[in-house]
Amino acid sequence: MRVIIVGGGKALYFLGRNFASKGYEVAIVNKDPEECRRLSRELTVEVICGDGGDEHILAQAGARRADAVLAIAPRDQDNLVICQLASLQFGVPRTVALANDPDNVEVFEQLGVSAFSTTNIVGSLIEQRAALEEITNLLPVGEGRVNVTEILLPEDAPVAGKQLKDIVLPENTLVAVVIRDGDPIVPRGDNDLRTGDTVVLITLPENHGAALKIITGEGR
Amino acid sequence: MTNDHYVVIVGCGRVGSILANKLSAAGNSLVVIDIDESTFDDLSSEFSGFRLAGDATQIALLREAKLQKADTLIATTHDDNVNLMVAQVARNIFKTPLVMARVYDPKREQVYQRLGIRTICPTAVAASLFMEALAGETDRDKESAL
Repeated sequence: MRVIIVGGGKALYFLGRNFASKGYEVAIVNKDPEECRRLSRELTVEVICGDGGDEHILAQAGARRADAVLAIAPRDQDNLVICQLASLQFGVPRTVALANDPDNVEVFEQLGVSAFSTTNIVGSLIEQRAALEEITNLLPVGEGRVNVTEILLPEDAPVAGKQLKDIVLPENTLVAVVIRDGDPIVPRGDNDLRTGDTVVLITLPENHGAALKIITGEGR
Repeated sequence: MTNDHYVVIVGCGRVGSILANKLSAAGNSLVVIDIDESTFDDLSSEFSGFRLAGDATQIALLREAKLQKADTLIATTHDDNVNLMVAQVARNIFKTPLVMARVYDPKREQVYQRLGIRTICPTAVAASLFMEALAGETDRDKESAL
């Protein structure tokens, strides 16, 4: 897999190192000649010095045969244009832009560019960790499109004492396993949930929060 | 252009301020946005519109400029990528009927014309004016030779 990363700073350095260690073919594009010298000294990746929004530079970074372009520069407008050029001019199949302004995640998606916001990601991680000691995110499956979550049912859980068929969960949500006193059960509609049960829940990210709220009762 | 349009201009540099002054003097409603407040000094006494200091790549600022009500948006900052982003946001999200952007890089201009953004490329315009002038000179040389 060939990945082009455009940007700078620590995030660029560590992403480059991480991808290279996974065996990806990595090219880094950075505007600052000094930073470029340092990057090529410290990393075993290709470093191209220049403006990632310039077609020549993208071509030099091997955009024609790249599988993915990741734009993580500090200015959102640059990330947008870099991703659009990569996909429109070079047919790069996957482009992802960092939206420094969280509002721009939606803006970029409406303009046809996949985007993420570190503010949103870090924010929701902190909320999950801080508020939910009884909840463990086991693993993201399907490239992060599916969450598998383990929940220890607290005493005040609104679902405690109810049968599964009477619990209205959002769409695309499944109580996959209930572990009671160390014994796993794959539950059906007439199984009930009790305080102290550990529930393994499968959700999609869009209704993850809603499902957790129904099960634990805590507003989040 | 008739004189009752609502026009938002992003970038109050030399081109932006001339446009703002002329369009305002002609009776249009203007909002001028620039990240650097001191550029508003270039607006003349003919200018009777609003000045908004801030970053136009933040959608909140465009809402503050009431872009949803605008007839026209012109993006004339010195930064191609700012102009291209603002123009696309205006066209695709705010549904502004007429959107124009200045783009210095001719290659970038071609890509965005395909996306339906009306662009003006000063680099290409200047080059073709030079070429025309050059052709004119050559013609005159030929004529005088005859």
